[in-house]
Amino acid sequence: MEFNNPAENNVFDRAKVIGQPLRRIDGPLKVSGTAPYAYERHDAVPGQAYGYPVGSAIAKGRITNIDTSAAEAAPGVLGIVTTLEHDPIENLWDYDPVRHFGGDEILHYHQAVAVVVAETFEQARAAANLLDITYERDESANFDLSKTPQASGDSDADPVQNVGDFESAFASAAVKLDQTYTTPAESHSMMEPHATIAAWDGDKVTLWTSNQMIEWGRQSIAKAFDIAPDNVRLDSPYLGGGFGAKLFVRSDAVMAGLAARKVGRPVKVTLPRPMVFNNTTHRGETIQHIRIGADENGKITAIGHHNATNALTAVGGENATLPIVAFYAGANRHIVNAPAKMHLPNSNAMRAPGETAGLMAFEIAMDEMAEKLGMDPVEFRIANDTQVDPGNPDVPFSDRHFVECLERGAETFGWSNRNTAPGATRDGAWMIGHGVAGAYRPAPVQKSGARVVLEPDGTLRVESDMTDIGTGSYTVMAQTAAEVMGLTIDDVSIDLGDSNYPVSAGSGGQWGAASATAGVYAACVALREQIAERLAVAEGDLTFEDGAVRHGDTSTPLSQIGKGEEIAAEDSIEFGDFRSKEALVSTFGAHFVEVAVHAHTGEIRIRRMLAVCDSGRILNPLTARSQVIGAMTMGVGGAIMEEMAVDHRHGFFVNHDLAGYEVPVHLDIPSQEVIFLETTDPYSTPLKAKGVGELGLCGVAAAIANGVYNATGVRVRDYPVTLDKIIGQLPAV
Amino acid sequence: MRAFSYERASSPQAAAQAAMARDNAKFIAGGTNLLDLMKLEIETPTHLVDVNGLGLDTIEETDAGGLRIGALVSNTALAADERVRRDYGVLTRAIVAGASGQLRNKATTGGNLLQRTRCPYFYDTNMPCNKRAPGTGCSAIEGFSRSLAAIGGSDFCIATYPGDMAVAMRVLDAEIETVDPDGETRTIPIADFHKLPGETPEVENELRPGELITAVTLPASVGGRHFYHKVRDRSSYAFALVSVAAIVNEDGTGRVALGGIAPKPWRDETAEAEMPNGASAVMRRLLADAKPTEENQFKVPLAERTLAAVLSEAKG
Repeated sequence: MEFNNPAENNVFDRAKVIGQPLRRIDGPLKVSGTAPYAYERHDAVPGQAYGYPVGSAIAKGRITNIDTSAAEAAPGVLGIVTTLEHDPIENLWDYDPVRHFGGDEILHYHQAVAVVVAETFEQARAAANLLDITYERDESANFDLSKTPQASGDSDADPVQNVGDFESAFASAAVKLDQTYTTPAESHSMMEPHATIAAWDGDKVTLWTSNQMIEWGRQSIAKAFDIAPDNVRLDSPYLGGGFGAKLFVRSDAVMAGLAARKVGRPVKVTLPRPMVFNNTTHRGETIQHIRIGADENGKITAIGHHNATNALTAVGGENATLPIVAFYAGANRHIVNAPAKMHLPNSNAMRAPGETAGLMAFEIAMDEMAEKLGMDPVEFRIANDTQVDPGNPDVPFSDRHFVECLERGAETFGWSNRNTAPGATRDGAWMIGHGVAGAYRPAPVQKSGARVVLEPDGTLRVESDMTDIGTGSYTVMAQTAAEVMGLTIDDVSIDLGDSNYPVSAGSGGQWGAASATAGVYAACVALREQIAERLAVAEGDLTFEDGAVRHGDTSTPLSQIGKGEEIAAEDSIEFGDFRSKEALVSTFGAHFVEVAVHAHTGEIRIRRMLAVCDSGRILNPLTARSQVIGAMTMGVGGAIMEEMAVDHRHGFFVNHDLAGYEVPVHLDIPSQEVIFLETTDPYSTPLKAKGVGELGLCGVAAAIANGVYNATGVRVRDYPVTLDKIIGQLPAV
Repeated sequence: MRAFSYERASSPQAAAQAAMARDNAKFIAGGTNLLDLMKLEIETPTHLVDVNGLGLDTIEETDAGGLRIGALVSNTALAADERVRRDYGVLTRAIVAGASGQLRNKATTGGNLLQRTRCPYFYDTNMPCNKRAPGTGCSAIEGFSRSLAAIGGSDFCIATYPGDMAVAMRVLDAEIETVDPDGETRTIPIADFHKLPGETPEVENELRPGELITAVTLPASVGGRHFYHKVRDRSSYAFALVSVAAIVNEDGTGRVALGGIAPKPWRDETAEAEMPNGASAVMRRLLADAKPTEENQFKVPLAERTLAAVLSEAKG
C-alpha cells in the first residue's frame, strides 16, 4: 500500500479498539517472568555453551600478543576466539560505522578483543581472566571535547541551516543572549544488557538476540559472517529496553556467531554491564554555543547555534542542532553541527538523539531570554511559535499545536500561581521553584510490513519482524488489526521480532508505532480484499464489525469465509514523499515541573511533573502514557544525575556500572501527569498517528534546570545540575 | 570469579581457625559485597568460610545498659529493633539510608563494617590502584574523584569508606568484639577499627589474620536527638557524597561523625565540643586538615552546610 495523500475519514475514526486504553497483551508474561529474553532462551537450541567477552584494557594502540595458553588449559574451556585471528569486522551498517571485532588495532576502551567459550558461565568468566594480552599504547589520543577546535567554534563544518543574515540581525537585536551550555555523555542503561545466542547449521546462522531493528541486524550479520542475508535468522520477541543501544548489532552478536562457528556449538554471549558503557555506544557529549536575538516585544530575530560533540567515526555524535532548525520562529539563523574526532567509544543514537541534548541547552536559553525580556517564559514561547518551517516558510507544519500544549499545561499546572522571583519561595528547609520547557521531535516513518492470517475459527494472527522494546508494539498492532477487521483484541494473536516474518519499520526514532500499525493496516486491507473477492463484492462495500463481514443485509461470520482453511495476506505501507515535501510532520509538547532545592545542602528533588503532548492520534492512552512517564523519568536522570564521567588520561568512561552511573529510582519520581491533546495528523499515517516515546524526553531536563534556577536564583548551564554546582551560591547558613 | 573451596564453620573459634589454616581464605556472611568483588576478580579468595550457621544473630542487653549486637544480625533486623529505634535512632536512620531493602535483608552487622570502597578505579582491574594492587599507583587522585575522600587520604589512596551503619556506630562509641584462632577475644573501639590508607591502603582495618568479628556493642543510651542526614544526587540507593550522623542535646552540645568524605567514619571529639557554637565552628576543626581534589572540594562546604541543616532541624 502506498500512502501518497493525506488520510481521509477511515476505519480508524470509529475508534472502537484503536485509541482505547487496553492493557499490554504481553504484560502478564512480563510480570510473571515468563517472557523469554535472549540470554534465557535455554530451550531455543540444545547444547548451548557460554562465551565470556574480554574488552581492551587500553583506549588506543594495538595488541602485540595474546597468550591464550593458561585460559585454554582452564577447566571447561571449549575454545577461544581472539581479535588477532580475524580481519576487522566493521562498518556493518551505514548508520553505525564502527569496528566490532578483529584486527590488532585498538580504537577505544573495552573494544572486544576476545571471547572465551566454556561449558559454564563461571568457567568462561574465570578463563577469560587468564588471557595474557600485551598492548602497545598510542599516546596520541584525544579524550577531552573541551580541547578540540570544534569546542571553541573553530570548525570547517558547513551550516545545517543558514537563513537570512544572522550576524547582523544578532548584532542589532534589542535583547541578546550569548551563552555556552554543556551536556555530558549518557548511557542508555537499559535493564537488559546486550545478549545473543548463536547457532550454526551449515552456512546458516540463527541469532536469538535483543535487537530493535531486525532487518538491519539481519543484513549486518550477513555482512559480518560473509553469508547471504537469507542464511541469517534473527529472533528477538522481547527486549528489556533498548533506547537506541540495540538499533544495531553489537559485539555480543558478532562474538557469539564467531565463537559458535569455531567451537561447533551454540554459544551465548552477554556483555557484562561495564562493557555496555565502553564497548557499545552512548549519547555523545556536547558543547553548545547559543546566541539568540529578539526585538523588545519578544519576537526572536536571530538564532545562532554551534554544537561540538565527540565522535570516533564519521557517523557519530549527538547532533544537538536537530530541533533548533525548526522549533521556533526567527528569520535569521546560523546553525552548525561540528562533530570532533575523538578516541572515546563512538557515540550514536540514544532516545530522541539530537533533540534531547539540543533542547537541554536551548530551552534553558529560552528561559534566560524570557527573563531578559521581562516576559513570562510561557508567553515568550507562544510569541515565537511558528506554523511554517522557519528555514523554508513555504512548507507548513502538517499539524502543530505547540501553543495549545503550553496553554493547557499552564492552566493545568497552575502556572499563574508559580514562584516568580528566583529564590523567593520556601517550604521549610526547601526552596521551591517552577520550570517550563518546550518539546519538539519530528515524526519520521519507515516502510513497514506485516502478514495477517485469518484462522478458520475466525480469529486473526499477525506476524511481523517489528519489535516491542517495552513500548507496547504488540498491543497497538493488535488493536489496529482488530479495528480494521471488526474484531476484539482478544480475537487477535501476534508474533513479532522474527526475521522470518515480513520486514517492518522496527523500533527507533519514535517511528515504530506509527509505521508498524500502518503496516498492519496495509496487510489487513489486503486480507479484506481477498475476502471481498471470495464474496464477489467490492471491498469498499463491506463493513467489518462484531466478528463478521456485512454486505447490505447479509452478514457472514469471519469464521465462515475460509471454509476451514486459513486466509493469509501480506503487505507493506510505503510512505510517499508528499509527506516530507508538502509539510513538516512533527510532534510537540510542553513540560512543567516543580522542584525543591534544600537551602542548606543543595539537594535537588522533583515534586511534580506535567507533560502535555501533541502527537496525533494516541493509539492507546495507557501504553502512550507509560512511554511518556518513562521518558520524563529519563529526563529527570539527565537533568540531575546522569553523566558518564570521562577520564581524560586513560580515555574511558569511568563510572561504568549502575552503582557509579546513577539513574532515577522510584523515590526520585513524584507525581507525573500526562495530557494528550486530542489531535489527528492526516499527513502522518492512515491512522493519523505520530510517535510519542521520544517526545516525552525532549525538554524535560531543561524544565528541571529552569526550575532549579527559579528555586535558587542559581543558573547552571552544565548538566547534570548537581548540588556541587550550586552550593557555593546558595544563601549563607 | 576464580574457583574456591568452601566450608561451613561450626563455632566462631573454629571459623577463625579455618580461615587461619589456609592461605587466602575469607569469611562469608551475607556476601553482598564480597561476591560482587569476586566476580570482578578484585577479591580472589581460594577458600570461603561460611559463618552463617554460627548463631550470633541476636541483640541482647548488656550489664552496662547497652546492647550487644551479634555479628550476623541483618541490617534489616538491626534497624527494626525496638530498642535500637528508641535509644539509638541515629543507627536505624543510617542503616535505612543505605543500600536497598533486599541488600539490607542479606547484609550483616559484621560484614557491613568491612564493606570496601566504591572508588571506580578500585572497581576496574585494568586501572592502577594501590588498594587493589599495591604499588601500581592511584588513578583517582588526578582522575574522577568527585565521590572520593576530601580528608584522611594519602598520596597513595583517596578512597572513601562507603558505608552508613559504621558512621552511626562511630558517633555512638560502639565497640567491636572479635575472636581469634586461639579463642582469644578482644574489644576494639570503632574509632580504632578502620585504618587510614597512609602508604598501605590495602590494609583497611585492625583485624588480624583469622580474626572474626562476633559482635558490636553499644554503650548505654546517651539520649539527645538523633539525626542521620545523607546527601546524594538521587534520593535512594546511592552512596553518600557526605553524610552527617549527629546526636544533639537540649543545651546544644552533642556528637557528630561524617560519612562519605574520608577513608573511615570521620569524628573528632575536640571538634564536636564546638557544637554549641554552630556548624562552622565544628567544621573548622573537624575538616582543618582537608585536602580535597578540585572535583570534591565541594564536600567541605557541603559537610558544614549539612551539619547546619541538622542543627537547624534540632532547634526547630
